[in-house]
Amino acid sequence: MLRLPIFGTKSPTSLEELVAAMAQPGAHLVAGGTDLLPNLKHGLYEPKVLVSIDRVEELQHITWDEDASMLRIGTGVTLSQIAADNEIGARFPSLAKAAGLVASPLIRNMATIGGNINLDTRCRYVNQSEFWRSAIGGCLKSGGDVCHVVPKGRSCVAAMSSDCVPVLTSLGAQLGQVGPNGRRDLAMADYYSSDGIAHTRREAGEITAEVCIPIPTRDTAAQYAKWTVRKSIDFPLVSIAMNFELSGSGHDATIVAATICLGVLAARPKLLRADKLKGLRFSDAETAEVVGELCYAQGKTLDNVPYEAGYRRSMLRVFGKRAVGQLVKSR
Amino acid sequence: MPDALLLHMKVNGEDVEVAAPPHFTLLEVLRYKLDLIGSKQGCDKGDCGACTVQLDGTARLSCLTLAAQADGRKVRTVEGMTAAHLHPLQDCMDKQVAAQCGFCTPGILMAAEAYLTKQARAVSRDEVAEAMAGNLCRCTGYVKIVDAIVEASEIMAAKEQG
Ligand SMILES: Cc1cc2nc3c(=O)[nH]c(=O)nc-3n(C[C@H](O)[C@H](O)[C@H](O)COP(=O)(O)OP(=O)(O)OC[C@H]3O[C@@H](n4cnc5c(N)ncnc54)[C@H](O)[C@@H]3O)c2cc1C
Ligand code: SF4
Ligand code: FES
Ligand code: FES
Repeated sequence: MLRLPIFGTKSPTSLEELVAAMAQPGAHLVAGGTDLLPNLKHGLYEPKVLVSIDRVEELQHITWDEDASMLRIGTGVTLSQIAADNEIGARFPSLAKAAGLVASPLIRNMATIGGNINLDTRCRYVNQSEFWRSAIGGCLKSGGDVCHVVPKGRSCVAAMSSDCVPVLTSLGAQLGQVGPNGRRDLAMADYYSSDGIAHTRREAGEITAEVCIPIPTRDTAAQYAKWTVRKSIDFPLVSIAMNFELSGSGHDATIVAATICLGVLAARPKLLRADKLKGLRFSDAETAEVVGELCYAQGKTLDNVPYEAGYRRSMLRVFGKRAVGQLVKSR
Repeated sequence: MPDALLLHMKVNGEDVEVAAPPHFTLLEVLRYKLDLIGSKQGCDKGDCGACTVQLDGTARLSCLTLAAQADGRKVRTVEGMTAAHLHPLQDCMDKQVAAQCGFCTPGILMAAEAYLTKQARAVSRDEVAEAMAGNLCRCTGYVKIVDAIVEASEIMAAKEQG
């Protein structure tokens, strides 16, 4: 039995009330609770008030804004809804796939896209019970003064472990952040920092209200690859999102632009330098090799999540290459 | 200490009013305030599915649901499955001997019922394996559980048609 710490709860029914409730001292947002509640039960945080988004209708939309060429998703939408949405499946298959690979069906019924975007970083030394952590004296992220992953390091390198974040980043998504000073929009690529203790650039009292994905005007091919020990429930150990802009048809299509984003390295999702891919024929076997090589060369894995870092790094090459092969086949 | 919440829920068809501390989960309300101990407290952190209940018809984990999130909603637990007639799922689980220690069974029944109701058709073994991926069983090895759910889906689909 794991007990939650003592806190109060608030269940606002509008975005305005939600933002007001978040201005109270010690307020913390809860959406599906599937990340936050285990962390609270493990004694990582002690919020005074949990402010729940589950009754805020304004955060429940999936809107195809064709005028602005944007898909707008309210952050209260669940991962089950995204995975089962036929139109998202057809137009943003990598997103539907990533959402459908999170945890288990039961968790996806509760888990929101907003919670997945703001998922806390994870580390094998911190996502443990209080008792477990006390045996190693804690770490920088949990009341101690050392990092067990990088013992000489002065900052936390816990891993950004969300399945949807690399995908949304590869699709060029923007976040609509709403707070006491109104709304600001920023690119997801700029939302994360490399500090595992405070890994988002969320401002005080701010919440993520909407994620906006530009609808591509050119031919694109996008894919998400995830490796875990078990097929379900587990967080990713290797996480690769890719999005190619193509010109030309069928097997002659060449790559005009490529965005590849890796998760589960450190606190920040990593966008790869992928200029090398420009001009390559998409269906050439060599293209898949180059992608695998890029993932391996730039994907510096750490011993912050289960499995040996070196092994996970080798798997980046394997999964990167394989993902391109599958994409080519599916076209 | 924050004030207790006064929750109004429909639990297994009955209107229930119950007070609980705000830091209680729905599972704790069910087990420790309402004496509905069918839903099990297994891992208590989302890994096992033993605490699965239905909230407004959707299967979810009660160990990660705050009491406040269930306020005003319909909750269905395994205790709701004891109407005069056995549910086809219970019948098939029994026939296939799909429970050994039985700790996972309440969660399995709640997840499977929500899934089959939504599908409203006969489902395949592979589909069941996908749909039930969040419910762990330490005893049976799953084969009989999957058999039982597939069989129940056939019975439920036949009833729909006939
Ligand atoms: C057994 C298990 C397995 C899991 N496996 C995976 C996995 O494979 N892949 C994966 O990606 N995740 C996994 N998760 C983590 C989690 O289920 C998902 O990341 C989920 O999407 C989190 O969403 P939530 O709504 O439950 O977030 P919550 O737990 O409610 O919130 C998470 C954090 O985000 C903040 N937050 C939530 N919504 C917003 C918002 N709109 N604006 C600002 N901040 C916000 C909260 O304050 C909190 O700090 C797993 C969890 C469990 C328990
Ligand atoms: S990376 Fe280091 S500081 Fe951060 S959680 Fe892990 S052990 Fe703690
Ligand atoms: S007790 Fe809820 S998932 Fe294990
Ligand atoms: S029957 Fe014992 S855990 Fe499933």
